[in-house]
Amino acid sequence: MILARVVGTIVATRKDPRLEGFKLLIVKPVSPEGQDESGYVIAVDTVGAGSKETVIVVSGSSARMAEGCKDKPVDASIVGIVDTVTVNR
Amino acid sequence: MFLGRVVGTVVATVKDAALKGQRLLVVQPVTPELKETGKRIVVLDAVGVGAGELIYWCRGKESSFPFLPEEVPTDNTIVGVVDELHLC
Amino acid sequence: MLIARVIGEMVSTEKHPSHVGRKALVVQPLDLDGTNRGDPVIAFDAVDAGVGDQVLLVTEGFSAMTSVQRPESPIDMAVIGVIDRIDLDALAQTPAAHRK
Repeated sequence: MILARVVGTIVATRKDPRLEGFKLLIVKPVSPEGQDESGYVIAVDTVGAGSKETVIVVSGSSARMAEGCKDKPVDASIVGIVDTVTVNR
Repeated sequence: MFLGRVVGTVVATVKDAALKGQRLLVVQPVTPELKETGKRIVVLDAVGVGAGELIYWCRGKESSFPFLPEEVPTDNTIVGVVDELHLC
Repeated sequence: MLIARVIGEMVSTEKHPSHVGRKALVVQPLDLDGTNRGDPVIAFDAVDAGVGDQVLLVTEGFSAMTSVQRPESPIDMAVIGVIDRIDLDALAQTPAAHRK
């Protein structure tokens, strides 16, 4: 799982029918301190995340373990909204 | 999948039993413009390609599926020979 | 999933049987600023996408192979959506110091 920040949305009308009804969000990885890291991924939102929120993203085949994603063509899903991150170092 | 060119072969006598009889090839990844890109890798061959051919290969667990029901330990496998690329 | 642009098509005769009858596209993965993200890749087409389309590229096996109705086959990428619109409101508001 990675920490990421919601930075945008994607709208696609013509898509795999199994994706219908899903919200597709663009998320950028962030460090535990909240700094943007390079790259991005398009993830399916299963928790009702909003713009700029820090979220937990699961990727790979585990993404389909998220609520409602079983047997769906999903390779990244948002499974949590982060309240706080505490790092001791 | 990715584009590549077959640039060599690997011979290994001592190897996983499931790799027995499999061809190990060296592939140089190329761009659609056929320029070399990235490091060369060792792959298995699921279609029977020849030296120098332009091919495409598959990465990850999926690359072991051509050999089912045998479970072959591979992470990159050639799955096709490229005839033509139409770019715009 | 990644954002990508379809830049071409690939023709192949000698290939894995599971690939027969499926359109293979050459797609260029993109970054959020529209620049190229690495080299182009080959992906099967699940939504009848065409050259020039901005698309959703799935890069995980199960998703890719089931979207083109080829389970248990050597397919690791597929185009599973044609993008109508990308909204990047929040990115534009990120403080410059946090951008990379």
